[in-house]
Amino acid sequence: MIPDTAGQRLISLHAPDVAIIAIYFAMVIAIGFYLKRHTGKGEGFFLAGREMSAWVAGLSFISANLGALELMGWAAAAYQYGILAAHWYWIGAIPAMLFLGIVMMPFYYISKTHSVPGYLKLRYGEPTRLLSAASFAVMTVLMSGVSMYAMALVMKVVLGWNMHFSIWVSALTVGIYVALGGLFSAIFNEVLQFFLIWLGALLIPILGLIEAGGWSGMVARIQQNFPQQDYTHIWRSLGSFSDNPMGIHWTGIVFGLGLIGSFGYWTTDFLVVQRVLAAKDLRAARLAPIIGSFFKMAVPLIVILPGLLALAVLPFPLVPESALGPGEHSYNEVLPLMLARYCGPGLLGLGITALIAGFMSGMAGDVSAFATVWTYDLYRSLFRKDAPDAHYVKMGRACTVLGVLLSIATAYLVMEFKSIMDYVQALFSFFIAPLFGTVFLGMIWRRITPAGGFCGLLAGTLSSVGMWLLVRADPSKLAWIALSSQAKDMAENMYRILWAGVICITVTVVVSAFTRPRPDEELKGLVYGFTEVPSEGHLPLWKRPIFWAGVSAVLFLILQVIFW
Amino acid sequence: MGEHHRIIPVWFFVGVILSIYGVLILATGIYGLFHPPSTVLANLHAGVWWGALLMIVGGVYVYLFLPRKS
Repeated sequence: MIPDTAGQRLISLHAPDVAIIAIYFAMVIAIGFYLKRHTGKGEGFFLAGREMSAWVAGLSFISANLGALELMGWAAAAYQYGILAAHWYWIGAIPAMLFLGIVMMPFYYISKTHSVPGYLKLRYGEPTRLLSAASFAVMTVLMSGVSMYAMALVMKVVLGWNMHFSIWVSALTVGIYVALGGLFSAIFNEVLQFFLIWLGALLIPILGLIEAGGWSGMVARIQQNFPQQDYTHIWRSLGSFSDNPMGIHWTGIVFGLGLIGSFGYWTTDFLVVQRVLAAKDLRAARLAPIIGSFFKMAVPLIVILPGLLALAVLPFPLVPESALGPGEHSYNEVLPLMLARYCGPGLLGLGITALIAGFMSGMAGDVSAFATVWTYDLYRSLFRKDAPDAHYVKMGRACTVLGVLLSIATAYLVMEFKSIMDYVQALFSFFIAPLFGTVFLGMIWRRITPAGGFCGLLAGTLSSVGMWLLVRADPSKLAWIALSSQAKDMAENMYRILWAGVICITVTVVVSAFTRPRPDEELKGLVYGFTEVPSEGHLPLWKRPIFWAGVSAVLFLILQVIFW
Repeated sequence: MGEHHRIIPVWFFVGVILSIYGVLILATGIYGLFHPPSTVLANLHAGVWWGALLMIVGGVYVYLFLPRKS
């Protein structure tokens, strides 16, 4: 199949660019075939043999999150909202990643669980596991399909590629290498993709800053081009909903994003936690998210800065997708526009490969997590409890292919009914945000009961869906959820996540108070006070996870002060 | 990672692809010295030094993590 180049497009590729993209596809498939022989057992296929170093697990942890939509979506958000978008990389990630490494990882790792729903089974019992696993499986496949559709749309706009071509080639490539090598292959490719994403995207901020005259030159140009808004401070304009382009208050950022949303995603979303569970020992598992936090802090360099540079140097304004007229460009095209502005043949191919690598790393994360949760938490639990290990590996390979096909089907469904995209993006707040309360309370407090965990998770999910439906039915109710009539969409998401988390925690605690907890001997390795975490006192300071978590936390605080 | 099952380390694959990309981008960048692309700041010849950088980084990784019989 040859890409359709008849339509309007932003970028034209030359022979070296096409060669670079083709080499990338060949390499990832070759890695899948190479690793197939090492993934004959369940531990190898689903947990990469639990022998990843802290660096490999840490880079994979970040890469699985660094999808193409993440890259292009947040570059677009930076153009629209300014540096406020960096909150999703800093307060919306770093504290939670450090918390995962220092506080939560010992419980996940020592319990020897294969997945987050697996931990819920050990701590709360089967009903909570099934609720969490089923919602995760549905969410993952739908998210993957929506990302695939969005990526194909971008490839159509940017390169003029036929959408069916983009969907099938990318999806089948991911399907092949994950089905062959399981999590092993996904992690290997994610590390490769991590390098390509950085090296493909890093030239934009370097050349952009040269053109704009450095940071101060860029700020001066932005103020000249858009004098009515503050685009270059992260906290100063958050005192009121109306003072910033995002229409959000600092409480929404700190509590909704920084506390519930971020901790929900980084500590309980199995897509990312699975990478850390593949680490070779507990110290590596604790270090992995801490190593990841340093790179996460730097990601705004290749995502947020290009959006800000576009505000400074592009000679025409970008517009929202909904207001797009002939000859105009939308916010979502900001990264490809900047790529085309600075990168000639060869470099352009590398930049496009970075976007494709981002998409594929995100999708590989989705399907490998889906395969594990389906096989271990749904299939084994509901249908075949005692099959041989080889049977589960076979099932894992089959449902990797199934996951890819379901994602493709979702992509086509979104193509027909575009409004589904809005609904699917709300799934995160329905299923992941409340999960943090359930997992965290279960880890730190022995008094939390199985009934409390189940009811809290269900209440958090249902309340989140309820709030979302309420605002869809009557948009004026946004003022109830976000506590201000001046709040905008982003604020709604953050406050919905916050209330869902609060409701989950409250219901969990109240129901636990009236129901019977599990006996202490059943909580060994699962709950604080009943879990023996190996001491790291004999290690030199620079080898201890807590030391590097401290360094990361200090850097995080310095960034807040610099960009205050 | 890798010694256990004698798996080639991921860093070797990283080195291979960066080296290939380095050669391709450097060669395209050198061609661009004589036929400059119509991009902003084309006079900086980013393709040349970025290609060289990829080649060096890729080469170091290949050298350090080359699978050896021992």
